[in-house]
Amino acid sequence: MSAPLSLVLPTAVIASAGTIFEQPFMQYAFLAGTLIALAAGLVGYFLVLRGQVFAGDLLTHVTFTGALAALAFGVDLRVGLFATTIAVGVIMAGLGERGHADDVLTGTTFAWILGLGVLFLTLFTTNRSTGNGAAAIRVLFGSIFGLNLATAQLAAGVGVAIVLVMLLIARPLLFASLDPAVAAAHGVPVKLLGVIFLGLAGAAAAEATQAVGALLLLGLLAAPAGAAARLTSRPFLGLTLSAALAVASMWIGLVVSYLVPPVPPSFAILAVAAGGYALAFAVTGRQPQNSGPSKEPLPAGLGHPVL
Amino acid sequence: MTEVSGLTGNLVADVTQLFVFPFMVNAYLAGTIVAVVSGLIGWFMVLRRESFAGHTLAVVGFPGASGATLLGISPAFGFFGFSLAAALVIAATGARGNGGRRTRSEESAVIGTVQAFALACGFLFVSLYRGNIQGITALLFGSFLGITTDQVLVLGVAGLVTLGVLGAVARPLFFASVDPAVAAAEGVPVFGLGAVFLLLLGLAAAEASQITGSLLVFALLVVPAATAQILTTRPAVSVSLTLLIGLAITWLGLALAYYSSAPIGFYITSLAFAAYLLASARRLLADRAAARGGPARSSGTGMSAMPRPATTPQGGHPS
Repeated sequence: MSAPLSLVLPTAVIASAGTIFEQPFMQYAFLAGTLIALAAGLVGYFLVLRGQVFAGDLLTHVTFTGALAALAFGVDLRVGLFATTIAVGVIMAGLGERGHADDVLTGTTFAWILGLGVLFLTLFTTNRSTGNGAAAIRVLFGSIFGLNLATAQLAAGVGVAIVLVMLLIARPLLFASLDPAVAAAHGVPVKLLGVIFLGLAGAAAAEATQAVGALLLLGLLAAPAGAAARLTSRPFLGLTLSAALAVASMWIGLVVSYLVPPVPPSFAILAVAAGGYALAFAVTGRQPQNSGPSKEPLPAGLGHPVL
Repeated sequence: MTEVSGLTGNLVADVTQLFVFPFMVNAYLAGTIVAVVSGLIGWFMVLRRESFAGHTLAVVGFPGASGATLLGISPAFGFFGFSLAAALVIAATGARGNGGRRTRSEESAVIGTVQAFALACGFLFVSLYRGNIQGITALLFGSFLGITTDQVLVLGVAGLVTLGVLGAVARPLFFASVDPAVAAAEGVPVFGLGAVFLLLLGLAAAEASQITGSLLVFALLVVPAATAQILTTRPAVSVSLTLLIGLAITWLGLALAYYSSAPIGFYITSLAFAAYLLASARRLLADRAAARGGPARSSGTGMSAMPRPATTPQGGHPS
């Protein structure tokens, strides 16, 4: 009696899903991944709220240069990661106050930083016989299944610290993000909060690079937060939702990648996160998001084409 | 690069040496086309403050190219196909015309997600392909080796199409970029122009990423235009300056990469960044001199410092 195929396949999947937590590398991945996602969800929500996604993009790409510089000079990879991202985050926030709208400066700096990263990559691959391109690919695209117990614990610890600081400054930061002028008038240190926040965003970026890689990290920051911002306009609910969505993406992504081996975990995580965002779009529909009074056309007599 | 005899110090000999190999001639032809196209498109992009979108459109070329490699077709198809598709997505879901400025933060979340997802797809394609790693870094960070005459031809045709359409819409596009509200009131189709421009931007980004790689397109797309707009406010002058800077960066970068072991992406981005810093410093000095010398010079604010309508929620209200 051969069981029908439709019955065999699900049981096979369930059987292998049952063993999922028996693998140590999956335990480490879940331990680190959960806290990384939690931190990314919280930080990302504020990035979206403050319109600083582009700055987040820069921070995520800086991780690449930082990590490769560390590799090229033989320093521990994590030192390079955290030092560069936190420094860049703080510097950007410090300069940002005067010309807030400097997306050209951000873009320019960012191209150069990536260019430097390529230089370090060349130095690393030519100078060290042990080094090969694989290290660069790991930094760019992450390798969450490659964590061992010590690195997973460290990643989780850093994640807890970021989450705690975020929760601590969430209320004043929310106030400062939504209405900086009134917040400043109430004595909230708007500028200092901005600096702390981008420093934290840098730490979160360095942290998450180990899981999803420098290039894909932006999705973990932006997609859950964007979905949360779409689903609710209440800030604290949105913050919670964003963190929850990020963690859910991480878990589902890890499981999918475990069950379907050719799919790399970074892709699975990102695909779930992006899918969630698309779903949020579908659920809320194309409501115009109250984009202010649309510009009424001038009275008929005034509107004549000049060009 | 081991066969090269190295720098001799003799300028003429060194320049001749550059063009001994046909691949270098192709590289220079391709570089020139790309520098001109991305300079002109980039000028409008900086004016419209769409650099984040431009970056994303460039990055999307990576899954395009790696997907094309996986399927066994020319990467050029992948670059153009994916960039144009992403331009359509961003135009369709993006902020609606002039009224949409307030939704910038949401728009940036969309762009960021599209970008990260595109890179993730690229990674998936690469790991499915199990190809060599050198290929990935070339796609991401550019390579000027092995550009074929066919590729130069494709770049040339695409460049001509891009510039032709840009020439046709240049005037209304300029109007719509500088003052969307008034342009809309005058009957200029602001939203439609924005969509057309995003498509052009996709084309230009796809072109540039074949030289600089997906991640470094910014160096050719943003920096020359940003530098020129710092230096002068007159549109015609700054467009020509943009072209000049773009060409200088590309030509010098190619020569440096030819004579050394560091990758081209590093040279192009570093030269571009240096040009931008120099221009900023010059502008700072000029502003300071103007401030000291009295209020006679009022041209201190360049186009890039044009008073912007509050695009971010916290942008306005100086306390």
